Amino acid sequence: MRLEYFQLIDRIVDLKIADRKISTEATVPGTSTIFEGHFPGFPLMPGVLLIEAMAQTSGWLIVASNGFSRMAFLAAVKDAKFRMFVTPGQKLSVEAALLHEGSGYAITNASITLDGKSICDATLTLRILDFPNEEMKLRMREAAARVGFPTEVPANG
Amino acid sequence: MSSTFETIANIIAETCDIPRDSIKPESHAINDLGIDSLDFLDIAFAIDKAFGIKLPLEQWTQEVNDGKATTDQYFVLKNLSARIDELVAAKGA
Repeated sequence: MRLEYFQLIDRIVDLKIADRKISTEATVPGTSTIFEGHFPGFPLMPGVLLIEAMAQTSGWLIVASNGFSRMAFLAAVKDAKFRMFVTPGQKLSVEAALLHEGSGYAITNASITLDGKSICDATLTLRILDFPNEEMKLRMREAAARVGFPTEVPANG
Repeated sequence: MSSTFETIANIIAETCDIPRDSIKPESHAINDLGIDSLDFLDIAFAIDKAFGIKLPLEQWTQEVNDGKATTDQYFVLKNLSARIDELVAAKGA
């Protein structure tokens, strides 16, 4: 993770389009100014950033599903539950499954685990829109390369 | 049509916490019931699931924006019911 750049995902571990599932890896940095405030003397990864990690993972799944033709934007978070504290340096596994792909939106079930133990989960709604401009598409392509997004996503996963 | 309307009225009542008896076939989802586009995604999801279809929300929005259709055609509930019936029929054809 590079929290200062809002890069929550380090790499895509597994992507199966046919199964509508993705797994990513996200290691919480050992130090960050965020931990100076959350909380002083007791650094914890904020729950809102765990949601963002699930949203980014869901986003990669959706973008892979549409062949990188459109972008996913977080629109709603439901039933978010935070079951354990996350502390600096921990290596998280993030998973998302596409529950429904509608017209201009998608719904995912997402979760984070640490060594097999459930950390948090939520149901996310993402709007699917055209990339607002070419620069964003280019930047997202760069981000995709950084996390190991497959250059050619096989249709059958 | 009536059973389709009943299904979507129940979905709207449950999803948006709107009293069921205030939802009529003549109700406009946006103008009368105050449902916004984000809440309508929840309704669309429930309708898609209930009827095994994919409401073409983007196409409808485009048609309204282009002046080729009015929101009444898609968001007055009796009309929405008719559109759903057409989509279900097309799926089975």
